[in-house]
Amino acid sequence: MASILAVDDSASMRQMVSFTLKGAGYEVLEAADGVEALGIAKTRSVDLVITDVNMPNMDGISLIQNLRTLPTYKFTPLLMLTTESSPEKKQQGKAAGATGWIVKPFNPEQLLNTVKKVIR
Amino acid sequence: MVIDMAQFHQVFFEESIEGLDVMESGLLNMDPGTVDPEEINAIFRAAHSIKGGSGTFGFSEIASFTHVMETLLDEMRDGRRAVTAQAVEALLRSVDVLREMLKSVSAGDEIDADEVRSQQNELEAILRNQAAVDPQQETTTAAVDDVTPSGWHIVFRPHSHMMRTGNDPLRIIRELAELGDTEVKGDASLVPRFAEFDPEECFLSWEITLHGEVDRSAVADVFDWVEDDCDLSVAPIYPEAATEAQPQAAPLAVQPVAAAPVPEQDERRKGDRRNDDRRAPVDRRQGDRRNGPAAGGSSSIRVDINKIDGLINMVGELVITQSMLSLLGEDFGMDRVERLQDGLAQLERHTRELQESVMQIRMLPISFTFSRFPRLVHDLSTKMGKKIELKMSGEHTEVDKTVIEKIGDPLVHLVRNSLDHGIEMPEVRKAAGKPETGTVHLNAAHRGGNIIIEIRDDGKGLDRDRIASKAVERGLIPEDHNLSDQQIYELIFQPGFSTADQVSDVSGRGVGMDVVRRNINELGGNIEIESELGEGSAIIIRLPLTLAILDGQTISVGDETYIVPLVSIIESIQPKREMINLVAGRGETFKLRNEYLPIVRLHEIFGIDSVNASELVDGLLVVVEGDGKRCGLFVDDLIGQQQVVIKSLEANYRRVDGISGATILGDGSVALILDIPGIIRLASEKKPLESLRKSA
Repeated sequence: MASILAVDDSASMRQMVSFTLKGAGYEVLEAADGVEALGIAKTRSVDLVITDVNMPNMDGISLIQNLRTLPTYKFTPLLMLTTESSPEKKQQGKAAGATGWIVKPFNPEQLLNTVKKVIR
Repeated sequence: MVIDMAQFHQVFFEESIEGLDVMESGLLNMDPGTVDPEEINAIFRAAHSIKGGSGTFGFSEIASFTHVMETLLDEMRDGRRAVTAQAVEALLRSVDVLREMLKSVSAGDEIDADEVRSQQNELEAILRNQAAVDPQQETTTAAVDDVTPSGWHIVFRPHSHMMRTGNDPLRIIRELAELGDTEVKGDASLVPRFAEFDPEECFLSWEITLHGEVDRSAVADVFDWVEDDCDLSVAPIYPEAATEAQPQAAPLAVQPVAAAPVPEQDERRKGDRRNDDRRAPVDRRQGDRRNGPAAGGSSSIRVDINKIDGLINMVGELVITQSMLSLLGEDFGMDRVERLQDGLAQLERHTRELQESVMQIRMLPISFTFSRFPRLVHDLSTKMGKKIELKMSGEHTEVDKTVIEKIGDPLVHLVRNSLDHGIEMPEVRKAAGKPETGTVHLNAAHRGGNIIIEIRDDGKGLDRDRIASKAVERGLIPEDHNLSDQQIYELIFQPGFSTADQVSDVSGRGVGMDVVRRNINELGGNIEIESELGEGSAIIIRLPLTLAILDGQTISVGDETYIVPLVSIIESIQPKREMINLVAGRGETFKLRNEYLPIVRLHEIFGIDSVNASELVDGLLVVVEGDGKRCGLFVDDLIGQQQVVIKSLEANYRRVDGISGATILGDGSVALILDIPGIIRLASEKKPLESLRKSA
């Protein structure tokens, strides 16, 4: 069973992402910000990280940057949740090492389709 | 898989309201001209989360409104736009509009579209002011895709680092294969000799022919994430006949590799938006319907994890005690009585602790209520042209959730009064030798078993003579009254009483103080005034710590047992014959230290036959206070003090005058809890009203 780390400061989004993924049979870990996520990432490896961009303490871009420096996360797909209004955020994310993005707003089907793209 | 999005709505509404509070307090702290990056970041994040959530959960109106706010905040955050007072005010108003929208949506009501529209226009006007329009956003490419080609020829040459972004070329090729039949030709010419081979790099490239009538946007989507990490060329393949019919498409096919995807991205984005529009109304309808019943009464409470841990810990202790006691009972003998007593004492302690912890769950910091005041003071003082500083302390004082919900309106009223009637205009203050800026201090604290909330201002204070003359004018008190300051101040709680010469839209309509007092009484609390002319005044509210458990005095009247809330009791005395006066036609009074108080015989009120106490000297008088009035309750005996759990009488039976609830005593019998203000009212209705007023 593939494991996914979902990072978002908004509890409702996190719940939605987590519920959807669990429903599809993935193991889901949750974190409320980059610091918490990095803490989890250092203790274990996951098959995919989905992170929000705007978060307190450590934002999604910095999280991606930090994750890429970890040997176990060198090739792990790292997806960010972003809004269509921020093409420059996508660029920043790519520069930090993000694999891709999911554009907000999205519905559970879109989320699952994207996840299926990167996890086999 | 169908996922019911409605299940996330409640959490979304709650966190959005919290987000709005963050935005509001952040905006209020913002100094026009200077930007504290952390502050504005927090505001931006809150707006961003609301936008993201509302879009995802199908509240498209909220999403599009928040989008405008977010854009403005984003420009402020990046320093592209100055933080002006005008913009901050507009954002504050937008926070209000957004709050209304959330309220409407969560209640399943229609959103006030006009209100939203006009506020959005204001924000957009600000945005236009310093036009930062992205010109290229608007230019769309010619409709190249009118005729769908029969396939695509794709040259995909990943840069060597691509795999380090987590993108797998194989995944992309696989995805293309899902769109239609593919022919893939690999090119391994760049793979170095084994010694120089770096397994983490990508040396392969591919030529892919995709057969099928596939939209360009679908192909572009596949490469969306990697367009900067590879050399890519996507050229349409037209059937022989169509190639000539579409001559303008040909140049695109030979465009340089990197340039090709750019127009498509625009195209795709538009496509997404169309999708959203199509989806949104459906989602919303579902959301509204499902949300309807849920919004009716459900409310949740956030509990600190420490409190939960404490509870679990306590339950664990309880289980241990229980097993210890049952072990003790297995083979019980007199020699074990002492251990049994120890065990029972332990059980009692744990039960009490458990009870306290459970009560803790309902406790929330009063900052939930206080947090609205900075905004209120900011708005009102601007409106009234006064300079007012709001100080708050004790925001972390925890009070029962019901208190939080019910105390808000009375407090708003009292603070408004302070601002309007208390604090003077700056020039008046200056003339009086006070600082121009007035201070309103909100303070909350635990004192004894009570919560004290104070609203203290350094304004002009209550004008005793003015209140008195107004009261005489209204016929509330006789002209030759001989009332103490405190009693005069009490008059402002009379219905319809106002000393304001002009009715402002802030206060002065004379409705309110009586309602304020009634609300606070309903919470089992009371309200007091302290004032010094020219120096300021203070309103002190005293509330019970919790509404579910009450400290009570059990009393007996005949064979019945009643509970008197301890907060209402001033003292209990054994009356002596010389203290008692019978006022003809006005009932009985007794003299307590130079004060005449009416006597209320509970036997009469509740119609109880009592054999032993028809003589006042045989029983006891419990001196109680409610609604600012005092009286002596005549009872047979005081039994003891204990904490009682309040059970609602209305929920289980119906409302009874003079009774605020019921409880179950240790022996299993039911005792009624007296509603002291209600009893005083009952008693005064029975007898001529004057008898109470004179002596009170």
